[in-house]
Amino acid sequence: MNGENSRHGTNRIKTGVFNGTIWIIAGVTFAILLIILGYILVKGVPGITLGFLTQEPSDLGREGGILPIIAGTIYVTGLAVVIATPLSVAAAIYFNEYAKEGRTVKTIRFFTEVLAGIPSIIFGLFGFAFFVVFMKMGWSILAGGLTLTIMIMPTIIRSTEESLKTVPMAYREGSLSLGATKWQTIKKVILPCCKSGILTGLILGVGRAIGETAAVMLTVGGSLLMPTSVMDSSRTMALHLYNLASEGLSEKNTYATAALLIIIILLINTAANRIGGRLAKE
Amino acid sequence: MKTREKIIEKLIFISAVVSVAAVALITIFIFSSGMPALKETGLINFISGATWSPTNGDYGILPLIAGSLSVTIGSLILGIPLGIGCAVFIAEILDRRPARFFQSAIELLAGIPSVVYGFFGLVILVPIVRQIFGGNGFSIIAGSVILAIMILPTIVSISANSISAVPLEYREASLALGADKRQTIMKVILPAAKSGIFSSVILAMGRSIGETMAVLLITGNVAKVPGALTDSVATMTGTIAMEMSYATPAHQQALFAIGIVLFVIIMILNGTAQLIMKRFGGLS
Amino acid sequence: MENKKKFEIKGLNLYYGNFQALKEIGINIYEKEITALIGPSGCGKSTFLRTLNRMNDVVPGVTITGQVRFDGKDIYDKDCDVMELRKKVGMVFQKPNPFPKSVYENIVYGPRIHGMRNKTDIDSIVERTLKEVGLWNEVKDRLNKSAMGLSGGQQQRLCIARCLAVEPEVLLMDEPTSALDPVATSKIEALLQDLGKKYTIVIVTHNMQQAGRVSKYTSFFLTGEIIETNTTEMIFSRPDNRKTEEYISGRFG
Repeated sequence: MNGENSRHGTNRIKTGVFNGTIWIIAGVTFAILLIILGYILVKGVPGITLGFLTQEPSDLGREGGILPIIAGTIYVTGLAVVIATPLSVAAAIYFNEYAKEGRTVKTIRFFTEVLAGIPSIIFGLFGFAFFVVFMKMGWSILAGGLTLTIMIMPTIIRSTEESLKTVPMAYREGSLSLGATKWQTIKKVILPCCKSGILTGLILGVGRAIGETAAVMLTVGGSLLMPTSVMDSSRTMALHLYNLASEGLSEKNTYATAALLIIIILLINTAANRIGGRLAKE
Repeated sequence: MKTREKIIEKLIFISAVVSVAAVALITIFIFSSGMPALKETGLINFISGATWSPTNGDYGILPLIAGSLSVTIGSLILGIPLGIGCAVFIAEILDRRPARFFQSAIELLAGIPSVVYGFFGLVILVPIVRQIFGGNGFSIIAGSVILAIMILPTIVSISANSISAVPLEYREASLALGADKRQTIMKVILPAAKSGIFSSVILAMGRSIGETMAVLLITGNVAKVPGALTDSVATMTGTIAMEMSYATPAHQQALFAIGIVLFVIIMILNGTAQLIMKRFGGLS
Repeated sequence: MENKKKFEIKGLNLYYGNFQALKEIGINIYEKEITALIGPSGCGKSTFLRTLNRMNDVVPGVTITGQVRFDGKDIYDKDCDVMELRKKVGMVFQKPNPFPKSVYENIVYGPRIHGMRNKTDIDSIVERTLKEVGLWNEVKDRLNKSAMGLSGGQQQRLCIARCLAVEPEVLLMDEPTSALDPVATSKIEALLQDLGKKYTIVIVTHNMQQAGRVSKYTSFFLTGEIIETNTTEMIFSRPDNRKTEEYISGRFG
């Protein structure tokens, strides 16, 4: 074969360029991650004082803390998770345990996939038109929570389904052959095996809900007052960060809010990985 | 006992149907809230109208579509090579343990809320763009860079999966013929994974067009068709978010109408990606 | 009068982690002859075959000691060019593995990666190798169609042609007909007889009758060791070792 020696030379160069490019790309990506996290944490953590966490904001957020906002975040996110989890787990159980593969199942699955791909601003518009206006809930934690519920359902459904799939058929057969009903089998044998998977999905759902801004912006309102009921308007940390950043009020508080958000996300990610790791071992 | 079982089964079925109901409701409400505006202005005029000035009653979203398209295309230009590069890195270059670590890093990137990306873009990227390229920094460039980072995880994870799914036999055949790793990756593995990679790009495009908070903070929100990369633009998503709180009823309907257009575009993109994945199973 | 030694293997040991898959393997592979490796499943025949073109490099956790000399040079030496080695020592796999590309693209892949650019040269290689494996008439009108549309037997012949396109000196065949039907099998066995005149062939086979039909030399593998190597005629009529005799006569394996 002709050109062998030149092939070696150019080949070596091409391989070198290829490897170099890939490593540079990977390095740049990793660096971006570190820069984003690092910069915000470094500039923001000093602002996360006890006062910041426990005081109410004053002067539109320029001064004071974010206590009512933390409360708002917990309420909205908590509401979403509390409603979404049983619905999602049930849906996953339906797909994996009850449904026979056919037109109905395919259609339902299809719609769940569609739901997962809808951008948050559309959820926001829907939440506004349906919960805030049509259902007359007004700008409220309830409207926001319900909107976030349908946003995070696909996440929890996916995670639950994955762990349901790993439960061996043998368990089901063993239970049924002893005379148990289907639901008993699910409740007492299958679900206990899936605790980690469901928990992972839940945590990922929380992560998504906490970071969500556009949908919250159009449904929860933005009040800085301490919420006392689910019908109150409120603010979440993500929304607050947006308001502070876009209006340019108080650099210190903006960075602190951002840093707090990142810390929570990091904790959530680590928790999900740990529990997900336990799932892999099961 | 039997009736209890039946009831539980029904309840479970209903839960599953919630997602169908949700999508149906979303479609109904968005369309019904926005239709009046579309009827008023007419669909063609709405989409091709070059002036978006609600206070004057002008509801043309061409500048907004141009805005969304420009940052999306920019993000794809930057994000695709980066994404495929990282996918190759994970699936082919690294061993299992380091690959898992790098994959977690990518997942972390995916978990950062969009508003945080927007904030970061605002305080770091916008000033840099201002310094290097001039203008006020709130630009297509800034938007494209941040969006590229945001869509990276989508491209990486789906592409990495497709690359890993290429059968061992193809690799072995290539190596046994005397090809080295680079040649095998470039000429056998990537072509075999091309439909998975392609569908990840389409999904990423959908994410980019649907992104709101990041672009809201760094593109400047100026509703004009851009002429240069340093121009400020307004996206469809950003406009909806920003103007909703103070919109008059007629204005609100127009915003919902933008929502309809956005909804349709995203459905088409996501649907196409799904179709490609199903048709080709991620392999060509 | 023996031909020149193409491969000289001495004291070859291979470990997958702690498990020893090959024990003190010693054998000579003679040029332009067909050597068959027989023995029960899982006793190292395929593993040994893959040491000859260093395909075991791809498997993590493999350790190799001993000498594998190809044309007099140890291929596990640090300065051995593995890509060149694999050009000269081609491999056909048990399950046909054409690329998901056209017939044409499959054949030209090898020459192209080794630097060939001239289209006329490349086209002539396509015709030559497809004729060599007896596929030309069957595929000449569908060269640009996907190779995946061919039958199993045709795909395997395509894979052989793909090997031949890089002009190897040795062909390693890992149970090349075990995934094929009897008709396709006999076509490939006939092909082997022809190829055996031009190339050195080492063939792993489960099928003793195939070894008997096709090869000049046969080596009997058992649990990672070579029990006996001799001319096929001797192995099948007057084996030295009792275990060989038992295997040949079908008492086990």
